[in-house]
Amino acid sequence: MAESTHCIVNIASPLRSYTGGAAKVNARGATVAEVLADLEQRSKGMRFRIIDEQDRIRPHICLFVGTRRVHSLAEPVVANDELHVICALSGG
Amino acid sequence: MASILWISTRKGAFALRASANGRTYRLVGPEFLGHIIHHIVQDPRDRHVLLMAAKTGHLGPTVFRSVDRGRTWREASQPPAFPKAAEGETPRAVERVFWLTPGHASEPNAWYAGTAPAGLFASTDGGDHWQSVAGFNDHPMRPKWAAGLRTPDGEFLHSILVDPRDRKHLYFAISVGGVFESTDGGKDWAPLNEGCAADFLPDPNVPYGHDPHCVVMHPLRPDRLYQQNHCGIYRIDRPDRRWIRIGKAMPQSIGDVGFPIVLHAEDPDTAWVLPMDGTTVWPRTSIDGKPAIYITRNAGKSWQRLTKGLPERAAWFTVLRQAMCADARNPGGLYFGTTSGEVWASANEGNAWRRIAQHLPEIYAVTHAI
Repeated sequence: MAESTHCIVNIASPLRSYTGGAAKVNARGATVAEVLADLEQRSKGMRFRIIDEQDRIRPHICLFVGTRRVHSLAEPVVANDELHVICALSGG
Repeated sequence: MASILWISTRKGAFALRASANGRTYRLVGPEFLGHIIHHIVQDPRDRHVLLMAAKTGHLGPTVFRSVDRGRTWREASQPPAFPKAAEGETPRAVERVFWLTPGHASEPNAWYAGTAPAGLFASTDGGDHWQSVAGFNDHPMRPKWAAGLRTPDGEFLHSILVDPRDRKHLYFAISVGGVFESTDGGKDWAPLNEGCAADFLPDPNVPYGHDPHCVVMHPLRPDRLYQQNHCGIYRIDRPDRRWIRIGKAMPQSIGDVGFPIVLHAEDPDTAWVLPMDGTTVWPRTSIDGKPAIYITRNAGKSWQRLTKGLPERAAWFTVLRQAMCADARNPGGLYFGTTSGEVWASANEGNAWRRIAQHLPEIYAVTHAI
Protein backbone atom coordinates (compact mmCIF):
# COMPACT_ATOMS: atom_id res chain seq x y z
CA MET A 1 0.00 0.00 0.00
CA ALA A 2 1.29 3.47 -0.87
CA GLU A 3 2.09 5.81 1.96
CA SER A 4 -0.85 7.90 3.13
CA THR A 5 -0.33 11.54 2.20
CA HIS A 6 -1.86 14.80 3.15
CA CYS A 7 -3.89 16.74 0.61
CA ILE A 8 -6.36 19.58 0.42
CA VAL A 9 -9.88 18.90 -0.79
CA ASN A 10 -11.78 21.74 -2.44
CA ILE A 11 -15.46 21.31 -1.70
CA ALA A 12 -18.15 22.57 -4.09
CA SER A 13 -20.88 24.69 -2.50
CA PRO A 14 -23.66 22.01 -2.68
CA LEU A 15 -21.53 19.83 -0.39
CA ARG A 16 -20.52 22.36 2.22
CA SER A 17 -23.39 21.40 4.51
CA TYR A 18 -21.21 18.35 5.19
CA THR A 19 -18.09 20.38 6.02
CA GLY A 20 -19.62 22.98 8.30
CA GLY A 21 -19.46 25.48 5.45
CA ALA A 22 -15.76 24.98 4.76
CA ALA A 23 -14.66 25.33 1.12
CA LYS A 24 -11.31 23.63 1.77
CA VAL A 25 -10.66 20.73 4.09
CA ASN A 26 -7.65 18.58 4.84
CA ALA A 27 -7.67 14.85 4.28
CA ARG A 28 -5.23 11.96 4.06
CA GLY A 29 -4.91 9.13 1.58
CA ALA A 30 -2.76 7.69 -1.18
CA THR A 31 -5.67 7.40 -3.62
CA VAL A 32 -8.85 9.32 -4.27
CA ALA A 33 -10.79 6.47 -2.66
CA GLU A 34 -8.70 6.74 0.51
CA VAL A 35 -9.02 10.52 0.63
CA LEU A 36 -12.81 10.26 0.30
CA ALA A 37 -12.91 7.55 2.97
CA ASP A 38 -10.89 9.76 5.31
CA LEU A 39 -13.18 12.68 4.60
CA GLU A 40 -16.25 10.54 5.25
CA GLN A 41 -15.08 9.99 8.83
CA ARG A 42 -15.67 13.68 9.52
CA SER A 43 -18.34 14.45 6.92
CA LYS A 44 -20.79 11.56 7.33
CA GLY A 45 -22.97 10.99 4.29
CA MET A 46 -21.00 13.16 1.87
CA ARG A 47 -19.39 10.31 -0.05
CA PHE A 48 -22.71 8.77 -1.10
CA ARG A 49 -23.88 12.08 -2.53
CA ILE A 50 -20.94 12.08 -4.97
CA ILE A 51 -20.07 8.38 -5.38
CA ASP A 52 -22.77 5.78 -5.99
CA GLU A 53 -23.11 2.36 -4.38
CA GLN A 54 -21.09 0.80 -7.20
CA ASP A 55 -18.16 3.15 -6.49
CA ARG A 56 -18.85 5.17 -9.63
CA ILE A 57 -18.55 8.94 -9.68
CA ARG A 58 -22.10 10.30 -10.01
CA PRO A 59 -23.07 11.69 -13.42
CA HIS A 60 -23.00 15.37 -12.50
CA ILE A 61 -19.94 15.25 -10.29
CA CYS A 62 -16.38 15.75 -11.54
CA LEU A 63 -13.26 15.03 -9.54
CA PHE A 64 -9.85 16.46 -10.37
CA VAL A 65 -6.47 15.86 -8.77
CA GLY A 66 -4.80 19.14 -9.57
CA THR A 67 -5.83 19.63 -13.19
CA ARG A 68 -6.03 15.90 -13.88
CA ARG A 69 -9.59 14.58 -14.37
CA VAL A 70 -10.30 11.57 -12.19
CA HIS A 71 -12.04 8.63 -13.83
CA SER A 72 -11.23 6.00 -11.21
CA LEU A 73 -11.19 6.18 -7.45
CA ALA A 74 -7.87 4.33 -7.63
CA GLU A 75 -6.27 7.49 -9.00
CA PRO A 76 -3.15 8.20 -6.90
CA VAL A 77 -2.82 11.26 -4.72
CA VAL A 78 0.61 12.52 -3.73
CA ALA A 79 1.68 14.90 -1.01
CA ASN A 80 0.21 18.39 -1.28
CA ASP A 81 -2.06 17.49 -4.18
CA GLU A 82 -5.39 19.27 -4.29
CA LEU A 83 -8.49 17.18 -4.88
CA HIS A 84 -11.31 19.20 -6.41
CA VAL A 85 -14.89 18.00 -5.99
CA ILE A 86 -16.85 19.85 -8.65
CA CYS A 87 -20.58 19.85 -9.34
CA ALA A 88 -20.83 19.93 -13.11
CA LEU A 89 -23.37 22.21 -14.73
CA SER A 90 -26.65 20.36 -15.04
CA GLY A 91 -30.19 21.43 -15.70
CA GLY A 92 -32.11 24.47 -14.56
CA MET B 1 -55.88 19.86 15.69
CA ALA B 2 -53.35 21.76 13.58
CA SER B 3 -53.34 20.80 9.92
CA ILE B 4 -50.29 21.03 7.69
CA LEU B 5 -49.83 20.44 3.99
CA TRP B 6 -46.31 19.42 3.07
CA ILE B 7 -45.40 20.55 -0.43
CA SER B 8 -42.59 18.68 -2.18
CA THR B 9 -41.21 20.62 -5.12
CA ARG B 10 -38.44 20.43 -7.66
CA LYS B 11 -36.70 23.22 -5.76
CA GLY B 12 -37.29 22.47 -2.11
CA ALA B 13 -39.81 21.69 0.60
CA PHE B 14 -42.58 24.00 1.77
CA ALA B 15 -45.38 23.72 4.29
CA LEU B 16 -48.79 25.34 4.39
CA ARG B 17 -49.93 25.61 7.99
CA ALA B 18 -53.68 26.00 8.43
CA SER B 19 -55.17 28.39 10.96
CA ALA B 20 -57.26 26.89 13.76
CA ASN B 21 -60.47 27.33 11.81
CA GLY B 22 -58.83 26.08 8.59
CA ARG B 23 -59.77 29.21 6.66
CA THR B 24 -56.29 30.58 6.08
CA TYR B 25 -52.92 29.03 5.37
CA ARG B 26 -49.47 30.35 6.16
CA LEU B 27 -46.64 29.39 3.84
CA VAL B 28 -43.53 28.17 5.66
CA GLY B 29 -40.20 27.48 3.98
CA PRO B 30 -38.44 26.78 1.79
CA GLU B 31 -36.54 24.04 3.54
CA PHE B 32 -33.68 22.49 1.54
CA LEU B 33 -34.00 25.19 -1.13
CA GLY B 34 -32.76 23.82 -4.45
CA HIS B 35 -33.21 20.18 -3.51
CA ILE B 36 -35.47 17.98 -5.60
CA ILE B 37 -38.04 16.73 -3.09
CA HIS B 38 -40.18 13.83 -4.25
CA HIS B 39 -42.16 12.95 -1.13
CA ILE B 40 -42.68 14.08 2.47
CA VAL B 41 -44.66 11.66 4.61
CA GLN B 42 -45.78 11.84 8.22
CA ASP B 43 -45.65 8.68 10.36
CA PRO B 44 -49.21 7.92 11.51
CA ARG B 45 -47.74 5.83 14.38
CA ASP B 46 -45.76 8.78 15.75
CA ARG B 47 -46.84 12.07 14.28
CA HIS B 48 -43.64 13.81 15.35
CA VAL B 49 -41.80 11.78 12.71
CA LEU B 50 -41.59 12.76 9.05
CA LEU B 51 -39.44 11.39 6.26
CA MET B 52 -38.43 13.32 3.15
CA ALA B 53 -37.09 11.86 -0.12
CA ALA B 54 -34.53 14.22 -1.64
CA LYS B 55 -31.69 14.72 -4.07
CA THR B 56 -30.26 17.65 -5.98
CA GLY B 57 -29.43 18.10 -9.63
CA HIS B 58 -25.82 17.22 -8.84
CA LEU B 59 -25.87 15.09 -5.72
CA GLY B 60 -27.09 11.57 -5.19
CA PRO B 61 -30.36 10.58 -3.53
CA THR B 62 -30.98 10.57 0.18
CA VAL B 63 -33.62 10.62 2.89
CA PHE B 64 -34.01 13.26 5.57
CA ARG B 65 -35.74 12.55 8.88
CA SER B 66 -37.47 14.80 11.34
CA VAL B 67 -38.55 13.76 14.81
CA ASP B 68 -40.04 17.15 15.71
CA ARG B 69 -42.80 17.57 13.11
CA GLY B 70 -40.50 19.09 10.52
CA ARG B 71 -38.79 21.76 12.61
CA THR B 72 -35.37 20.15 12.17
CA TRP B 73 -34.11 17.49 9.75
CA ARG B 74 -31.23 15.04 9.82
CA GLU B 75 -29.93 12.94 6.97
CA ALA B 76 -30.35 9.17 7.09
CA SER B 77 -27.14 7.40 8.10
CA GLN B 78 -27.57 4.85 5.32
CA PRO B 79 -29.87 5.98 2.47
CA PRO B 80 -31.44 3.43 0.11
CA ALA B 81 -28.78 1.83 -2.11
CA PHE B 82 -28.53 -1.35 -4.12
CA PRO B 83 -25.95 -3.94 -3.00
CA LYS B 84 -22.55 -3.82 -4.64
CA ALA B 85 -22.78 -5.78 -7.90
CA ALA B 86 -20.96 -9.09 -7.96
CA GLU B 87 -18.65 -9.97 -10.83
CA GLY B 88 -20.73 -10.34 -13.99
CA GLU B 89 -23.81 -8.63 -12.54
CA THR B 90 -25.21 -5.42 -13.97
CA PRO B 91 -24.42 -2.67 -11.45
CA ARG B 92 -27.46 -0.74 -10.24
CA ALA B 93 -27.52 2.60 -8.47
CA VAL B 94 -30.45 4.43 -6.95
CA GLU B 95 -31.00 7.66 -8.89
CA ARG B 96 -33.97 8.92 -6.88
CA VAL B 97 -35.87 7.98 -3.77
CA PHE B 98 -39.34 8.56 -5.14
CA TRP B 99 -41.83 7.13 -2.66
CA LEU B 100 -42.09 6.65 1.11
CA THR B 101 -44.62 4.49 2.97
CA PRO B 102 -44.82 3.89 6.73
CA GLY B 103 -44.85 0.22 7.68
CA HIS B 104 -47.52 -1.71 9.53
CA ALA B 105 -48.90 -0.35 12.82
CA SER B 106 -47.42 -3.36 14.63
CA GLU B 107 -43.90 -2.41 13.47
CA PRO B 108 -43.43 1.11 14.84
CA ASN B 109 -40.14 1.95 13.09
CA ALA B 110 -40.73 0.14 9.80
CA TRP B 111 -40.75 2.12 6.57
CA TYR B 112 -40.64 1.28 2.88
CA ALA B 113 -39.11 3.33 0.07
CA GLY B 114 -39.54 3.03 -3.68
CA THR B 115 -36.83 4.27 -6.00
CA ALA B 116 -35.86 4.95 -9.58
CA PRO B 117 -34.68 2.71 -11.13
CA ALA B 118 -37.35 0.46 -9.68
CA GLY B 119 -36.16 -0.76 -6.30
CA LEU B 120 -37.83 -1.58 -3.00
CA PHE B 121 -36.07 -0.72 0.24
CA ALA B 122 -36.99 -1.15 3.89
CA SER B 123 -35.98 0.43 7.15
CA THR B 124 -36.55 -0.98 10.62
CA ASP B 125 -35.21 2.02 12.54
CA GLY B 126 -37.46 4.84 11.51
CA GLY B 127 -35.74 5.59 8.22
CA ASP B 128 -32.17 6.00 9.47
CA HIS B 129 -30.76 2.85 7.83
CA TRP B 130 -32.21 1.29 4.68
CA GLN B 131 -31.80 -2.23 3.30
CA SER B 132 -32.48 -3.57 -0.15
CA VAL B 133 -35.55 -5.84 -0.23
CA ALA B 134 -33.93 -8.75 -2.02
CA GLY B 135 -37.27 -10.51 -2.51
CA PHE B 136 -38.01 -7.99 -5.23
CA ASN B 137 -34.70 -6.31 -6.09
CA ASP B 138 -33.02 -9.66 -6.75
CA HIS B 139 -36.12 -11.54 -7.93
CA PRO B 140 -35.27 -13.57 -11.02
CA MET B 141 -38.19 -11.92 -12.83
CA ARG B 142 -37.24 -8.37 -11.87
CA PRO B 143 -35.39 -7.62 -15.13
CA LYS B 144 -38.59 -8.46 -16.99
CA TRP B 145 -41.02 -6.85 -14.55
CA ALA B 146 -38.98 -3.63 -14.50
CA ALA B 147 -37.58 -3.66 -17.99
CA GLY B 148 -36.33 -0.11 -18.00
CA LEU B 149 -39.27 1.43 -19.86
CA ARG B 150 -38.74 4.60 -17.89
CA THR B 151 -40.94 7.65 -17.61
CA PRO B 152 -39.20 10.96 -18.49
CA ASP B 153 -37.94 11.21 -14.88
CA GLY B 154 -37.05 7.56 -14.47
CA GLU B 155 -38.49 4.13 -13.80
CA PHE B 156 -40.40 4.64 -10.58
CA LEU B 157 -41.40 2.15 -7.93
CA HIS B 158 -44.31 3.77 -6.12
CA SER B 159 -47.66 3.24 -4.40
CA ILE B 160 -46.26 0.90 -1.75
CA LEU B 161 -49.27 -0.35 0.20
CA VAL B 162 -49.34 -2.29 3.48
CA ASP B 163 -52.47 -4.24 4.37
CA PRO B 164 -53.54 -2.96 7.82
CA ARG B 165 -54.79 -6.50 8.69
CA ASP B 166 -51.56 -8.29 7.74
CA ARG B 167 -48.10 -6.76 7.80
CA LYS B 168 -46.87 -9.36 5.33
CA HIS B 169 -49.42 -8.46 2.67
CA LEU B 170 -47.90 -5.78 0.44
CA TYR B 171 -48.49 -4.19 -2.93
CA PHE B 172 -46.49 -1.77 -5.04
CA ALA B 173 -46.54 -0.41 -8.56
CA ILE B 174 -43.90 0.32 -11.16
CA SER B 175 -44.03 2.88 -13.94
CA VAL B 176 -43.52 1.12 -16.27
CA GLY B 177 -43.97 -2.44 -15.03
CA GLY B 178 -47.36 -2.90 -13.40
CA VAL B 179 -48.84 -3.72 -10.01
CA PHE B 180 -47.24 -6.45 -7.87
CA GLU B 181 -48.33 -8.24 -4.70
CA SER B 182 -46.52 -10.07 -1.93
CA THR B 183 -48.19 -12.18 0.76
CA ASP B 184 -45.00 -13.12 2.61
CA GLY B 185 -43.59 -9.79 3.71
CA GLY B 186 -41.76 -9.09 0.45
CA LYS B 187 -39.91 -12.38 0.04
CA ASP B 188 -41.76 -13.15 -3.20
CA TRP B 189 -43.90 -11.12 -5.57
CA ALA B 190 -46.43 -11.74 -8.33
CA PRO B 191 -47.96 -9.43 -10.93
CA LEU B 192 -51.56 -8.28 -10.44
CA ASN B 193 -52.51 -6.63 -13.70
CA GLU B 194 -55.27 -8.71 -15.24
CA GLY B 195 -57.93 -6.48 -16.74
CA CYS B 196 -55.62 -3.46 -17.07
CA ALA B 197 -54.97 -2.08 -20.53
CA ALA B 198 -51.48 -1.57 -21.88
CA ASP B 199 -52.41 0.12 -25.14
CA PHE B 200 -48.85 1.30 -25.72
CA LEU B 201 -47.48 -2.25 -26.02
CA PRO B 202 -47.54 -4.36 -29.19
CA ASP B 203 -49.44 -7.00 -27.22
CA PRO B 204 -51.81 -5.24 -24.81
CA ASN B 205 -52.73 -8.54 -23.10
CA VAL B 206 -49.58 -9.00 -21.08
CA PRO B 207 -49.24 -10.11 -17.43
CA TYR B 208 -46.92 -7.17 -16.65
CA GLY B 209 -45.47 -4.13 -18.40
CA HIS B 210 -48.42 -1.85 -17.54
CA ASP B 211 -48.14 1.74 -16.40
CA PRO B 212 -49.97 2.29 -13.12
CA HIS B 213 -49.68 5.96 -12.20
CA CYS B 214 -51.12 5.69 -8.69
CA VAL B 215 -52.61 2.81 -6.69
CA VAL B 216 -54.45 3.30 -3.40
CA MET B 217 -55.98 0.97 -0.82
CA HIS B 218 -58.92 1.91 1.34
CA PRO B 219 -57.85 1.62 4.99
CA LEU B 220 -61.29 0.55 6.14
CA ARG B 221 -61.75 -1.94 3.33
CA PRO B 222 -58.23 -3.12 2.47
CA ASP B 223 -59.52 -5.61 -0.09
CA ARG B 224 -60.49 -2.66 -2.24
CA LEU B 225 -57.85 -1.00 -4.39
CA TYR B 226 -58.25 1.77 -6.90
CA GLN B 227 -55.79 2.57 -9.64
CA GLN B 228 -55.23 5.54 -11.94
CA ASN B 229 -53.31 4.01 -14.80
CA HIS B 230 -51.77 5.49 -17.93
CA CYS B 231 -54.57 3.55 -19.64
CA GLY B 232 -57.61 4.22 -17.50
CA ILE B 233 -59.11 4.17 -14.02
CA TYR B 234 -59.61 0.81 -12.31
CA ARG B 235 -60.96 -0.83 -9.17
CA ILE B 236 -60.37 -4.30 -7.79
CA ASP B 237 -62.02 -6.05 -4.85
CA ARG B 238 -59.79 -8.85 -3.66
CA PRO B 239 -59.61 -11.78 -3.73
CA ASP B 240 -60.60 -10.99 -7.33
CA ARG B 241 -57.57 -10.90 -9.58
CA ARG B 242 -59.14 -8.84 -12.34
CA TRP B 243 -59.24 -5.04 -12.35
CA ILE B 244 -62.49 -3.43 -13.55
CA ARG B 245 -62.14 -0.33 -15.72
CA ILE B 246 -64.37 2.10 -13.83
CA GLY B 247 -63.04 4.90 -16.01
CA LYS B 248 -65.38 3.68 -18.74
CA ALA B 249 -68.10 5.55 -16.86
CA MET B 250 -66.29 8.87 -17.31
CA PRO B 251 -67.61 11.19 -20.06
CA GLN B 252 -66.11 10.18 -23.39
CA SER B 253 -64.96 13.73 -24.07
CA ILE B 254 -62.91 13.66 -20.85
CA GLY B 255 -61.58 10.13 -20.88
CA ASP B 256 -59.88 8.45 -17.94
CA VAL B 257 -56.23 9.47 -18.16
CA GLY B 258 -54.59 11.16 -15.19
CA PHE B 259 -52.00 10.77 -12.46
CA PRO B 260 -53.48 10.84 -8.93
CA ILE B 261 -56.44 9.02 -7.44
CA VAL B 262 -57.50 9.90 -3.89
CA LEU B 263 -59.86 8.11 -1.51
CA HIS B 264 -62.30 9.38 1.10
CA ALA B 265 -61.06 8.53 4.59
CA GLU B 266 -64.35 6.97 5.69
CA ASP B 267 -66.19 5.93 2.54
CA PRO B 268 -64.58 3.21 0.38
CA ASP B 269 -67.02 4.01 -2.43
CA THR B 270 -65.83 7.60 -2.81
CA ALA B 271 -62.79 8.54 -4.90
CA TRP B 272 -61.54 11.61 -6.73
CA VAL B 273 -59.49 11.89 -9.92
CA LEU B 274 -58.16 14.84 -11.88
CA PRO B 275 -58.30 13.96 -15.58
CA MET B 276 -55.47 14.98 -17.88
CA ASP B 277 -55.39 15.26 -21.65
CA GLY B 278 -54.16 11.94 -23.02
CA THR B 279 -54.83 12.60 -26.69
CA THR B 280 -52.38 12.92 -29.61
CA VAL B 281 -48.95 13.63 -28.08
CA TRP B 282 -50.24 13.29 -24.50
CA PRO B 283 -50.08 16.90 -23.24
CA ARG B 284 -51.13 15.70 -19.74
CA THR B 285 -52.69 19.07 -18.98
CA SER B 286 -56.21 19.86 -17.80
CA ILE B 287 -58.51 19.07 -20.67
CA ASP B 288 -59.18 22.04 -22.95
CA GLY B 289 -57.54 24.26 -20.33
CA LYS B 290 -60.51 23.74 -17.99
CA PRO B 291 -59.40 21.99 -14.79
CA ALA B 292 -61.98 19.69 -13.22
CA ILE B 293 -62.09 17.13 -10.45
CA TYR B 294 -64.29 14.08 -10.95
CA ILE B 295 -65.81 12.28 -7.99
CA THR B 296 -67.44 8.89 -7.76
CA ARG B 297 -69.58 8.07 -4.74
CA ASN B 298 -70.49 4.56 -5.91
CA ALA B 299 -67.10 2.92 -6.45
CA GLY B 300 -66.86 4.04 -10.05
CA LYS B 301 -70.31 3.29 -11.44
CA SER B 302 -70.75 6.99 -12.20
CA TRP B 303 -68.74 10.21 -11.92
CA GLN B 304 -69.66 13.86 -11.33
CA ARG B 305 -67.69 16.89 -12.46
CA LEU B 306 -66.60 19.38 -9.76
CA THR B 307 -65.30 22.78 -10.90
CA LYS B 308 -66.66 25.47 -8.57
CA GLY B 309 -63.88 27.92 -7.78
CA LEU B 310 -61.44 26.46 -10.28
CA PRO B 311 -60.44 28.54 -13.33
CA GLU B 312 -63.12 28.32 -16.02
CA ARG B 313 -60.68 28.58 -18.92
CA ALA B 314 -57.04 28.99 -19.98
CA ALA B 315 -55.64 26.99 -17.04
CA TRP B 316 -53.28 24.30 -18.25
CA PHE B 317 -52.71 22.43 -15.02
CA THR B 318 -50.66 19.29 -14.69
CA VAL B 319 -51.08 17.48 -11.38
CA LEU B 320 -48.64 14.65 -10.72
CA ARG B 321 -49.39 11.34 -9.01
CA GLN B 322 -48.33 12.37 -5.49
CA ALA B 323 -49.70 15.90 -5.76
CA MET B 324 -53.29 15.34 -4.62
CA CYS B 325 -54.44 14.24 -1.19
CA ALA B 326 -57.34 14.23 1.24
CA ASP B 327 -57.44 14.79 4.96
CA ALA B 328 -59.31 12.60 7.43
CA ARG B 329 -62.10 15.06 8.19
CA ASN B 330 -65.76 14.45 7.42
CA PRO B 331 -66.67 16.18 5.20
CA GLY B 332 -63.23 15.64 3.76
CA GLY B 333 -60.74 18.29 2.79
CA LEU B 334 -59.11 17.80 -0.57
CA TYR B 335 -55.91 19.40 -1.88
CA PHE B 336 -53.82 19.41 -5.02
CA GLY B 337 -50.67 21.11 -6.29
CA THR B 338 -49.79 21.87 -9.88
CA THR B 339 -46.55 21.71 -11.80
CA SER B 340 -46.97 25.47 -12.23
CA GLY B 341 -46.63 25.96 -8.46
CA GLU B 342 -50.19 26.51 -7.30
CA VAL B 343 -51.89 24.75 -4.39
CA TRP B 344 -55.68 24.43 -4.38
CA ALA B 345 -57.88 23.36 -1.48
CA SER B 346 -61.46 22.31 -0.94
CA ALA B 347 -63.00 22.05 2.53
CA ASN B 348 -66.08 20.21 1.28
CA GLU B 349 -64.99 17.18 -0.67
CA GLY B 350 -64.27 19.03 -3.88
CA ASN B 351 -67.55 20.92 -4.16
CA ALA B 352 -65.81 24.32 -4.00
CA TRP B 353 -62.16 25.21 -4.48
CA ARG B 354 -59.84 28.07 -3.67
CA ARG B 355 -56.19 28.69 -4.36
CA ILE B 356 -54.14 28.74 -1.16
CA ALA B 357 -50.63 29.19 -2.62
CA GLN B 358 -49.05 30.25 -5.87
CA HIS B 359 -45.64 31.02 -7.38
CA LEU B 360 -44.07 27.92 -5.85
CA PRO B 361 -41.66 25.75 -7.84
CA GLU B 362 -42.94 22.74 -9.79
CA ILE B 363 -44.93 20.67 -7.31
CA TYR B 364 -44.21 16.95 -7.09
CA ALA B 365 -46.20 15.98 -4.00
CA VAL B 366 -48.79 17.33 -1.58
CA THR B 367 -49.28 15.37 1.63
CA HIS B 368 -51.47 16.10 4.62
CA ALA B 369 -50.18 15.98 8.19
CA ILE B 370 -51.64 16.80 11.59
